[in-house]
Amino acid sequence: MLLTSYNFVIFILACFVLYYLIPKKFQWVLLLAASYVFYFMAGAFYPLFILATSIITYFTAIWIADRTAKDGEYLKTHRAELSREEKKAYRVRSNRVKKGYMLLGLLLCLGILAVFKYADFAVENINALFAAFGSERELEYLDLLLPMGISFYTFQSIGYLLDVYWEKTEAQRNLPKYMLFVSFFPQLIQGPISRYSDLSKTLYEEHSFDWRNVRFGLERVLWGYFKKLVVADTILAAVSVIISDEYYSGAWVLLGIIFYGIELYADFTGGIDITIGVAQVFGVKVQENFIRPYFSKNIVEYWRRWHISMGTWFRDYIFYPMSISKSMNNLTKVCKNRFGKGVAKRVPVYLATMVTWFATGVWHGASWNFIVWGLLNGVIILITGELEPLYVRFREKFPRLTTSVGYKGFQILRTFFLMGCLRMLDCYQDVEMTFRMFISMFRDFDPAVLTLEEFAEFGLNWQQYLVVFAGTVIMFLVSLAGRNGSVREKIAAKPYVVRYGLFVILFLSVILFGSYGVGFDATQFIYNQF
Amino acid sequence: METKEIIREILEDMHSDVDYDTEEGLVTDKVLDSFDLVSLASELADEFGIQITAKEFVEENFNSLAALTAMVDRLMEE
Repeated sequence: MLLTSYNFVIFILACFVLYYLIPKKFQWVLLLAASYVFYFMAGAFYPLFILATSIITYFTAIWIADRTAKDGEYLKTHRAELSREEKKAYRVRSNRVKKGYMLLGLLLCLGILAVFKYADFAVENINALFAAFGSERELEYLDLLLPMGISFYTFQSIGYLLDVYWEKTEAQRNLPKYMLFVSFFPQLIQGPISRYSDLSKTLYEEHSFDWRNVRFGLERVLWGYFKKLVVADTILAAVSVIISDEYYSGAWVLLGIIFYGIELYADFTGGIDITIGVAQVFGVKVQENFIRPYFSKNIVEYWRRWHISMGTWFRDYIFYPMSISKSMNNLTKVCKNRFGKGVAKRVPVYLATMVTWFATGVWHGASWNFIVWGLLNGVIILITGELEPLYVRFREKFPRLTTSVGYKGFQILRTFFLMGCLRMLDCYQDVEMTFRMFISMFRDFDPAVLTLEEFAEFGLNWQQYLVVFAGTVIMFLVSLAGRNGSVREKIAAKPYVVRYGLFVILFLSVILFGSYGVGFDATQFIYNQF
Repeated sequence: METKEIIREILEDMHSDVDYDTEEGLVTDKVLDSFDLVSLASELADEFGIQITAKEFVEENFNSLAALTAMVDRLMEE
């Protein structure tokens, strides 16, 4: 069931009516049932996989929590009798057992993910290696269908397991309630990757019907549909053509970067708007995943504002634990003795950054494109860090220039272009083609090739180009307005006529200009593939 | 030298323009970025012979000089 389908709208309406009719204590049960029905409708066997991940992380987390409580109690009771060494030894033993449970949960969940998502990629590369060494042996592909949202719910569950292991959150002892945390349907398709400590605050609460909350939720959903159906799915046709053929080189590549930047933004943020809006209709608060990312002035800032839940997940569960680990500390010490403080200081940061970005790339998809994309992000982030002293000196030397609007605009455009270049790996069929097209952008740049005749070849008429242009301008203006406070709050403060007028205009825009109905097929969200 | 003063020196090496006696939002207010935090954890581990685990690596423990000192003292105690 697509989020942009009539079935989804009917499904949400039915859930909504039932949700506020049934006794409040059963509301979370309804959400759980709805989530599993939603998942079942996406694929009959999908619920089995999400159930497996839920059960694995539920029990391993409970075992860890029980052990923590038991050992804490033991140390408290025997505090006076035990020596410092004995207490330390006890803690070490206890941590070893808990680590065992944690690793069991982690490996089982990642194992499921690996089989479904990466097995065929591994087979492809092993076969390529066989061929390279002249062997005729070929492993067979598994050709498994990837369960929807598996990367999102697996990472959400692992985050919970690690939080319990690090005693950052209490274990949820009610299995159905925990299953709801893993499967909450609005965020199953493309996240955000919620933290248990955040989502659980409102997920299990009893919610009274609150018209303001529901209205805000619906407005957000409608805004999401506008971005997805009016902008993303309309421009998609042009993007698909530009990235499919090397004929579209030079200036076309730059245009492709801009078009894909618009499409991805409208698609992904639109999808998240729908997710957050639907959750809000049920009174559930889902964390924001974007803070006007295209206004970022450098790549580090960009990753603090784009797909925030993913960035913080990798930071908190891979980057930090790895960079402060015992083995990293030992390595740092060795480097300090051999190469001095400067190198030693960089070792944990460099290694952890590259591993984190490698993992981020792999998470996005089983292909070399994503791996190279991840590694390039890591390299650019490290270079940005190294150049910071230069930027500081530059800012000190030219304070007026570097605080001017023009310079900020330049930084924003530079970041958009840089991220767009990296995103090319997301578009072109392989790494080689991506680099060829990237080079062609500079070598064969000739704006004269961008003729109206060529634009007509993309399957869009001029009205649709106009719709995309207007939609992009509106998204830009809304982002701009959002810099100082919630846009919806501002709209809510306007007179009744303005408020509902805007709502009706947005609704009609989706109906009239949205890419669906006869001749159109509302496409799946881009991030659904991850 | 006292634990607190050693930590102050490490912090001042990173950002000398911060008043560490009054600043209580080193992480919350983004005075220290993620790279600073990693370097700080590594230097504390090296200087005091402690191991800062992910469990301890939380905002509350890194938000001020006082909180950092308390964490280091506690870990040395253990």
